[in-house]
Order: sequence, then structure tokens, then C-alpha cells
Amino acid sequence: MKTFLRSVGAIVWKDLKTEWRTRENLSAMLVFALLVILIFNFSLELDLRARESLAGGVLWATFIFAGTIGLNRSLAVEKDRGCLDGLLLAPVDRSAIFVGKAIGNLFFMLLVEAIVLPVFSFLYSISVFQPGFLGVVLLGSIGYSAVGTLLSTMVVQTRTRDILLPILLFPLTLPVVIAAVRASQGFIQGLPLNEFTVWINILVAYDLIFLAVAIMIFDYILEE
Amino acid sequence: MIKVQKLVKRYGPLTVLRELDLSVESGEFVALLGPNGAGKTTLLRILSSLARPTSGSVQVGSYILPSQGASLRANLGVVSHQPLLYGDLSAEENLQFFSKLYSVTPERITQVLELVGLYRRRDDLVRTFSRGMQQRLAIGRAILHNPSILLLDEPHTGLDQAAGEILDRILTEVALEGRTVVMTSHDLLRSSELATRLVLLSKGKIARSVLTADLDPAQLVDFYKSGLEEGS
Amino acid sequence: MLKKPRLLTALDVLAALVILIAAGLVFFYAPVEQMMGQVQKVFYFHVGTAWVGMLGFMVAAVVGILYLRTEKEVFDIAGLSAVEISLVFFLVAIILGSIWARPIWNTWWTWDPRLTTAAIVELIFAAYLLLRSGVDDPGKRARFSAIYAIFGSVSVPLTFISIRLLRTIHPVVIGSAEAASQGGFNMGPRMKVAFFFSLFAFSVLFADLIWHRIRLGRLQSSVNELRIQAYEKES
Repeated sequence: MKTFLRSVGAIVWKDLKTEWRTRENLSAMLVFALLVILIFNFSLELDLRARESLAGGVLWATFIFAGTIGLNRSLAVEKDRGCLDGLLLAPVDRSAIFVGKAIGNLFFMLLVEAIVLPVFSFLYSISVFQPGFLGVVLLGSIGYSAVGTLLSTMVVQTRTRDILLPILLFPLTLPVVIAAVRASQGFIQGLPLNEFTVWINILVAYDLIFLAVAIMIFDYILEE
Repeated sequence: MIKVQKLVKRYGPLTVLRELDLSVESGEFVALLGPNGAGKTTLLRILSSLARPTSGSVQVGSYILPSQGASLRANLGVVSHQPLLYGDLSAEENLQFFSKLYSVTPERITQVLELVGLYRRRDDLVRTFSRGMQQRLAIGRAILHNPSILLLDEPHTGLDQAAGEILDRILTEVALEGRTVVMTSHDLLRSSELATRLVLLSKGKIARSVLTADLDPAQLVDFYKSGLEEGS
Repeated sequence: MLKKPRLLTALDVLAALVILIAAGLVFFYAPVEQMMGQVQKVFYFHVGTAWVGMLGFMVAAVVGILYLRTEKEVFDIAGLSAVEISLVFFLVAIILGSIWARPIWNTWWTWDPRLTTAAIVELIFAAYLLLRSGVDDPGKRARFSAIYAIFGSVSVPLTFISIRLLRTIHPVVIGSAEAASQGGFNMGPRMKVAFFFSLFAFSVLFADLIWHRIRLGRLQSSVNELRIQAYEKES
């Protein structure tokens, strides 16, 4: 167990350090996210009340698109210099590679969200700094990153890697998106908690189920 | 040390290794030669537990593959023709990362850096390194955890004369520490200078095997060409 | 392997027969529904084809697990066959759904949970086929396909539950959703006979088609092997 955690920690630390040196991935994600919010703003010319009812959807659409960019690049780095082999040659559990990469991806997604949320709050005049709301963002990001990491590990070994990831990922993560949007809306529109706790429960259930399946299946993705 | 019997590897309908037999004694330095597509890289990938055999038995060290792959990896060093290094990290940071995966002390990192002659460049990012320096660091990474078996896949690819000589020096020192080494190569002369045995792989099988001590350098090219003809 | 098994020919005949009988039952035996009229008869085939689609989807997931465990090529071929067949059948189901919906609810598409989920499954199938076309190594291709099918089978039920929940908690103002989620009509005894027989007939049809497709896949695989062996003999 200790070696497992140490390996996971090493991988996360390595990803954070490498990204911090260039910040290419982060900037790409961030710029893209802000662009998406801007596009939504112009394509959905709405009055204040209508905006509120769509805010959750706009926000999560933004996170998902930005997240895809981060996921692709994170695994491309490993594949292109053969570093994935380097990881596979080490005496670490394969699932440690998965957990390490997933945590790294989650971290970057959260970082981008942390910057996008205040901007969003400012542009749409909606307060998003409630702990419950932030919890939903965390839960949704966890589910998305987990499945995203698994699929991008697969996709990076194909010929059509860039376009394939969103095509594979989006249909699979619909339960997360639906639940996250509904739960977010609950907080944004100030609805009584018991009306939308069911969505939060679904998010937690989804996260647990997919993490379990992902960890069981991950080995098969890396075999030859 | 390495025992391969009737190894078959298929990728879908394509058979790359056909009932290959190979035996490597402890401490030997075997150079694996052969044309492109003969299966050298595939064989190395199987020996390093990255790929699984379709059938046949493979034993590396005291570990049976593929089931005991994880245990083998702690005792195995691999140098590929891709550097397997992170360009945005410094030399030392790269080794620090791998030291955590292999449970290696910080002192060993310094020792290895000095061994491959990169101690003074330890804080420089790997993407600023020349190809030769990257290969030296790659070897450093491979011996970091003191493995008893070393696998090298065409390590001289892309190196100029000077860099190649530095690499050879390191390899000789490293090999002299009693390790078992298997190296694939296209370079006949170099292989005969470094290795204790030359093995020729052709069309998925071992065609010829000869101790370098028994072979006159002048006969090298003949050995290679006739071995290929025999194998078909 | 080359000769077509007798059992398969028998299955061909059986499949053709039961489909004809089912059609007969639907058009001549089952009564015309009072409110919807003749167009309601589309329903039997709509559910029948959707049922095949679902069946195929489950088969793809199951053989996916079997492939990961045994690495036998036949399971990979079975997975591909199931997806190809289900793709077509779900498409037919969706089209029939539209034909049914238009005269009744005056709309081509209802955001009914089942229909929406069917559309999502179609997208997953399309993604599955795109994934396969992007991988050259057959072993990897089979493994990735299996993994994606398994993930799909876990995700889709969750999606269905979520959409269902969405429609009941948040009744949508897009016209027909109300009527659709209410179900529609009661089935009399003769309707039930036609309905269940249709399901049975379509299941037989599915079994027949998938057997043919798997056989085709295996023949293709043999041809590939022979071709490569021929190349190797040449060189």
C-alpha cells in the first residue's frame, strides 16, 4: 500500500512539475474555456432570468470542452517520448499509473475551474461561491477525469487520437453531466436542498461505479 | 539467466517470432543482430515484460514471464531507442522521479550522474540535451536501481562518433559490474567489440550464434550474410 | 468452416417464417386501436426492433468481458457483429418511432427517455466503430472495443435513469413529452399475443443475423491469415 501511494504521489508530482515548467496545457485549457463562455454569451442573448435557468448548462459545457483538451495533452506527452513505456517498466502497479494520472488531470481541471468560476460569476451576475455548489463541481470533475483518463490512455494509442477522445467520452459521461447540471442549477436558483439531493446522490454513485470499473479494467488497456 | 523456449509472438494474423529458442548465461553480453523486421524489438519487448508471448516459455532471471513480470521489473534495466525521459524536467529531477518508483536512495542518484558524466548538467532540462547526452542519462536511469539484467534496443541510433564512444565506455564499465546484457544492434563492428556473443535473428528465429572470441573481425560480414541466407 | 451449417439454414427459414407470422398477427389478428388507428400497428415493430437493439448492446458488453478473459478472436467478432446489427435496428426503431409519433402527437421527435437513450446508444455504437477504425493492431483493437462496450453498458443504464428522473421531476414544456411519458394505451389480450410474438420473432431474427455476421467475420479472418501466409511463402 505504501509503495502504491508513493508511486501515485511521484506521478502526480511529476505531472504538476512538468506542466508548471511550460504551462502550455493549462493556458490552452484556460483560454479555450473563456472563449467558450464568451461564445455562449453571444449565441444565447438572454434576459437575466433566462440566463439563470441556463447557467448550469453553460458552465458544465465549458468545463467539459476544456477538460477534453487537458486530457488529450496529458497522455500525449507520455506517449510521444515513449515515457509510457518508462512507467510500464517500473515495478509499480498499473492502477497506480491510472490513479496518478487521473489525480493530475483532476487537479488541472479544478485549477481551470477555479479561474473560470469567478469570471463566470462576474459575467452572468450569479453567485457561485456556495460550498454545496463547489462540492458539485468537485464531484462532477472527479467522474469526468476518471473516465477521461481511462479513455485518453486508450485513445493515445490510436491513429485518430485528437478527434476520437470527445467522441468516445461525451456519450459515456452523460450521466455525470446531467446530474452535475441539475445539482448546479439547484444551487444557482436557490432551490430547497431536498428537491435536488437526488442528483448529488447520483453523482456520488456514478463516481464510485466508474472509478471501480476503471481500476479493474485499466490493466487491459496497457497490455500488448 | 535468460531462457527462452519455442517462443511465438503473433500480432493478429502476423507472426513475428516463430518458435524462437535462446539461452543467455549470467554475465554474458549478447548482441542481437538482424535485419529490420526480424523481430529484435519484439523479442526485447517480451523479455522486458512489456509484451506478452503468444505461446512458448520465457524466463528472465528467476522470473517466469508473463506472470511474474512485476517482480522482474524491479531487477531489470531497459534502454530503448526512445529516451523515456521527461524533457521538461532536469536530469536530476528525472532520476528523482524514477528513484521514487524504484525505491532508490538520493546518494545513488548522484553516483549515477557521475558515472554517466552528467553531474555538472544535472540541473539542466533534458530537452536541452543532445541525443548523446540523453542516451547517457537513459542508461543512468536504467542502472539506477542496480538491476542484474540490462536490455538495450539499438542504443547507438542517432549518435555521432564521439557520443558513440562515450556510450561504449559507459556500457563496458557497467557491463563489467557483472550484469547480464542483451543489446540489439545494426552495428556489426561495434557489437563484436562490446559483446561476448553475437546472435543473429532472422525471420523470427535464431539463425546463428557465435562467441566473439571465436570470430575474426574480417569474418563478420560473412557471418551476417551467410547467417541470413541460412535462415530463410 | 467453409460450408454453411445446416442449422443455420434451418434458422434462416425459421426467422423468415416467424417474421411473416408476426406481421400477419399484427396486421390481421390484433385489433385496430381505438384512439390511434392503423398507425398504432407500427408500435409492434418499433418495440421489436428496439428490443433487438438492446439485446445487441447487452451481447456486445458480455462478449466484451469474455474477450478480455479468454482473448479468443470469436468474441471480438461477435462484439462487432452485435454492434453493427444493433446500430441498424435501433435506427429502424427510431424511424418507426417518428412515424408513430407524427400523426399522434404532431411531432417527429419526442424527448421520451427511451427514445433519447436509444439515440445516445446509437452515438456510442458510432463511437465504437470509429474507435475500431483508428487501431491497427488487431489485439489492441479487440481489447479497446471490449473495454468501450463494457463501459457503455455501465453508463447507458445510468443515463436512462437520469433522463427518466429528469422528465418526471422537471416536466418539459416541449409539447409531446407529457403524452409520451404517460405511455399511451392499454393492450387487450389479442394485442398482447401479437406483441409478445413480435418480440420473439425479432429475437429469432437477431440470432439468425448475428450468426451470419459472425460467420462472415471468421471467414474474413481466415482469408487474412491465408493471405499473410502466402506473402511469407513468397519472400
